[in-house]
Amino acid sequence: MPPIISISQLSKTYSSGFQALKSVDLDISQGEIFALLGPNGAGKTTLISIVCGIVNATSGGVTVGGHDIRRDFRAAREMIGLVPQELTTDSFESVWATVSFSRGLFGRRRDDAFVEKTLKDLSLWDKRDARILTLSGGMKRRVLIAKALAHEPRVLFLDEPTAGVDVELRRDMWQLVRGLRETGVTIILTTHYIEEAEEMADRIGVISKGEIIVVEQKAELMSKLGRKRLTLNLQEPLSEIPDSLEPYRLELKSGGCELVYTYDAQGQRTGITRLLTDLSAAGVTFRDLQTEQSSLEEIFVGLVKDKR
Amino acid sequence: MIVNHRAVASIYRFEMARAWRTVMQSVISPVLSTSLYFVVFGAAIGSRIQSIEGVQYGAYIVPGLIMLSLLTQSIANASFGIYFPRFAGTIYELLSAPVSFVEVVVAYVGAAATKSIIIGLIMLATAAMFVDLEIRHPVWMVAFLLLTAVTFSLFGFIIGIWADGFEKLQLVPLLIVTPLTFLGGAFYSIDMLPPFWRAVSLFNPVVYLVSGFRWSFFGQSDVSVGVSLAMTFLFLALCLAGVWWIFKTGYRLKA
Repeated sequence: MPPIISISQLSKTYSSGFQALKSVDLDISQGEIFALLGPNGAGKTTLISIVCGIVNATSGGVTVGGHDIRRDFRAAREMIGLVPQELTTDSFESVWATVSFSRGLFGRRRDDAFVEKTLKDLSLWDKRDARILTLSGGMKRRVLIAKALAHEPRVLFLDEPTAGVDVELRRDMWQLVRGLRETGVTIILTTHYIEEAEEMADRIGVISKGEIIVVEQKAELMSKLGRKRLTLNLQEPLSEIPDSLEPYRLELKSGGCELVYTYDAQGQRTGITRLLTDLSAAGVTFRDLQTEQSSLEEIFVGLVKDKR
Repeated sequence: MIVNHRAVASIYRFEMARAWRTVMQSVISPVLSTSLYFVVFGAAIGSRIQSIEGVQYGAYIVPGLIMLSLLTQSIANASFGIYFPRFAGTIYELLSAPVSFVEVVVAYVGAAATKSIIIGLIMLATAAMFVDLEIRHPVWMVAFLLLTAVTFSLFGFIIGIWADGFEKLQLVPLLIVTPLTFLGGAFYSIDMLPPFWRAVSLFNPVVYLVSGFRWSFFGQSDVSVGVSLAMTFLFLALCLAGVWWIFKTGYRLKA
């Protein structure tokens, strides 16, 4: 199946001279949840803004559903819903009016039943007649999501969807995203909350300084780049690490009761066998051991640091 | 989809609803200001002027007054209409929607022009309570009303795109449009001026608008109607060119 979004050699240099994107290539498959991870200023919002038509690209091309975003902008944009990062709303409008407005703006026939369903799905129905300025921040975020969904898009962009959002709304939002995916909607979210990507995404792209550093299935990314940690619970506490074990760069924790060894899970040799032999030779004995995988956050920090 | 007519209708309704929310200010202020002008110029000063070119002074100033409001209201409505989404950030939705720039302009300018025409008509009705009015060329009157409202709504749209603060939004209307209107023969015939100032006045575009509009009421004008019409179209063309340039370059809209 051809990708629903295809980005090729996309670059953006702002008039200030700042190069926000450097020849980005990226394909998004239909129906997947794709998380774009990156630190602030990495180019996440610029990338989304170009695909949505808010910012002009300096060079390169984008197609959405096979439609070029410039030549065939109507067909491309009809497919897209965007939830922006900032809480930008028409303060004096009612919730119902602003969501209905969005539907019309995207060329959809008036459909009160659909708007009603959208508002109910987002727990906004009770607030339908309230002016937006009277709503809390979380409610405003819901309004923005309702506006983005009002024209039944096939692709939904969520730019930092859970920044400053309480736990309940975050949970609701994740549930909503999963529900949308089940109906075939492709979801692209940017975030710097790693747990969000870890929890939600099928695939993860990491962007830093305008370049996509890596794009992988979440599981593959974790196994490929994940470092593992071996923790040994010692029989007798150690006051210091014996010199003979220095090459392993062990850490002594829990008041000398635990030895921690970090290794590359994908490496040809993990060094575990040798470590255990050397431990025995040094007279260090242990009663238990466990290994754990590093989190996406650690992977991410490692990647971005390498780039610098 | 060749034309996104639903988007045009949505923006138009949205803009009209905004006016409806502030209907009291929108209607009362022009009615009040018209009445004040009548008290000051019509009753106090007009009683000494009697008539200009056979038209009672009170009636003579009506077209000029309406023009004055039409210009300021068209500019204010359109400039605020497009500036506010830029200021509030809601412009993202407009930019990401499947609408062409032409559709955006038609909707915003259409709504702004509609509002100022309604206000113009309310002022006309208010004036009719003070003085006897005859409209000799009603079709032309409507034509001038429409042309002026559309032209200056386009002008307002350009200001709304150009402005990067509320002060700038006020700057052009306050420093350029209001003086030009007051000096544009709204309250007098430019034939009453000394020859030098009359010649200077001919560089003021508002003179042509007021003169043409006044002709549609009383059948007489400072400059010929053909020239008035040509000047209005010229200004319309300039504004259209400005809007076209803005959208071609994405000026102040797209980075």
